[in-house]
Amino acid sequence: MKALGGLLRKEVYHILRDRRTLVVIIAMPVLQVVIFGYAIRTDVDRVRLAIVDPTPDPVTLAIRSRFDAAGVFRTVAVLPRPESLDSLFERGDAQGAVAFDPAFAEKLGRGLPVRILIIGDATEPNTGGIVQAYAAAVVQAYANELGTHTAGIRIVPTIRTRFNPTRESSNLFVPGLMAFVLTIISSLMTAISLTREKETGTMEALLASPLRPWQIIVGKVTPYLVVGFASVVGVIVEARLVFHVPLRGSVTLLLFEGLLFILVSLSLGILISARTSSQRVAMMGALIGTLLPTMLLSGFIFPLESMPVVLRAISYIVPARWFVLVARGVMLKGIGLAYLWSATLILLAMASALLVASTKSFHERLET
Amino acid sequence: MTATNAIVARDLTRTFGRFTAVDHITFEIAAGEVFGFLGANGAGKTTAIRMLTGLLAPTSGQASVAGHDVYREAERIKRDIGYMSQRFSLYEDLTVVENIRLYGGIYDLTDRDIAERTALMLERLGLGHAADQFVRAIPLGWRQKLAFSVALLHEPKVVFLDEPTSGVDPITRRQFWELIYEAAARGTTVLVTTHYLDEAEYCDRISIMVDGRIAAIGTPAELKHTFGAASIDDVFVRLARAHPPEGKSEARP
Repeated sequence: MKALGGLLRKEVYHILRDRRTLVVIIAMPVLQVVIFGYAIRTDVDRVRLAIVDPTPDPVTLAIRSRFDAAGVFRTVAVLPRPESLDSLFERGDAQGAVAFDPAFAEKLGRGLPVRILIIGDATEPNTGGIVQAYAAAVVQAYANELGTHTAGIRIVPTIRTRFNPTRESSNLFVPGLMAFVLTIISSLMTAISLTREKETGTMEALLASPLRPWQIIVGKVTPYLVVGFASVVGVIVEARLVFHVPLRGSVTLLLFEGLLFILVSLSLGILISARTSSQRVAMMGALIGTLLPTMLLSGFIFPLESMPVVLRAISYIVPARWFVLVARGVMLKGIGLAYLWSATLILLAMASALLVASTKSFHERLET
Repeated sequence: MTATNAIVARDLTRTFGRFTAVDHITFEIAAGEVFGFLGANGAGKTTAIRMLTGLLAPTSGQASVAGHDVYREAERIKRDIGYMSQRFSLYEDLTVVENIRLYGGIYDLTDRDIAERTALMLERLGLGHAADQFVRAIPLGWRQKLAFSVALLHEPKVVFLDEPTSGVDPITRRQFWELIYEAAARGTTVLVTTHYLDEAEYCDRISIMVDGRIAAIGTPAELKHTFGAASIDDVFVRLARAHPPEGKSEARP
């Protein structure tokens, strides 16, 4: 056990003294969350809204105050006639507009149909669409409150979103991001640190010593398990504090699944490095073998449902796919093992298979 | 296999696919002997050493190291040997003392033993001032000597040195050989590979490998006498010509 303690201490020195690695390990999760949280987010915020209200009355004022209260919109102009809208859109001063019919409350009172025209600037189609949907939702909410006796306000789109009613993209990216960060730290770092030992020749010294293969593997895996676990906690805390991502299910379950996923990735890293001899090859192997599938085939960014059958079939063997499924379930839906047992079992099976395979590949003596 | 022999090999063979790296080599090395393993690059020296240290399973043949069979008692062998690989085996981002402590722990030495031997080693090497320096910061020659001393830390019966002196200056090589003699004087058997042929003269006995076989074995004086050569260099060139290596790089002087 003393030998193992020495190995662990050595690995901690490696991690702490390799500044670049340390920066990557600490800064990457934090940076990724910020990048995905702010830069790549698909939410719209502070949308510049113009209002066309020819005859302000209690109803239009009430709807207008809803737009201000929604937090998404910022009213930049209130116009009496729709004609002036064009120049506002052309200058980019307005990204969206809401135009009321004249004599809105009066018509409504008499049971006549009233119209609210919602206009979105679709130069950026995504933003335009989202602005329209948001605006429609605001009006819809008001119409619902008025109740059935004023069926006069007819809004065509019926919008109903569950689990992510505000459509916060951060809610979706955080579980995927956890998978991504864990994959990098776990598989890439172990693969690199193991092949570095092969390159420098220290691995031979370890193998020629009385150390058992499992001790060498435990010595390698444990420090990165701790580091990976710390970044899971870091990402969750950051997601809670900065982006207010919900955590509806059990924290313990989430952390356990995180640990399981780290173990899968670590074993994958060891397997990759056992089969390669140079850091460069190991890095490429880890990149192609883990990072790309994690990015593309886990459902993290691109929905799996819309993929061709072949890619969907491949996604079944991507560990991140199962972890993203579990993490989203626990965080956003608040479901427990009753629903997630199969994904958990798959991760468990992957971890054990990979660990056995990597220990075996160490038993096979170096043949270079 | 007699108890006085530290290493015994009988028809030891290793093939990689169709390529035979080590071809039925047979030799004995007595306890306390300094034995030189000579040969061109690719002649099979490293493969032979890796089989004897338990890093590589032999394809066929028998061998024992420190009285333990390489097939059945590989783990026992590992406790009784020291190994310094071609690429040098210390961690560059650990300090001198941390490296010593790491290997001391790996070989199950007590803390007191480690502390005592560390002090002794640093004094012997004159490295006391560099105890807390990173290994990457100390000159190559010192690193080689340190790596050798670390390989001897657990007082192994047999120590394997795979081209320990490649890339170091002649003075450091000389000092390195003094360390080898000191170890041999304390009863450690030393098996050293080299392609510096002048170093062959420092060995008690040498073997010259050509294409995976042992082409000649004996004391340096015997070999020179047998081949009627003035130096080991001449012996080597003669053997290499007799068995022209196919497309392999020649030995460096």
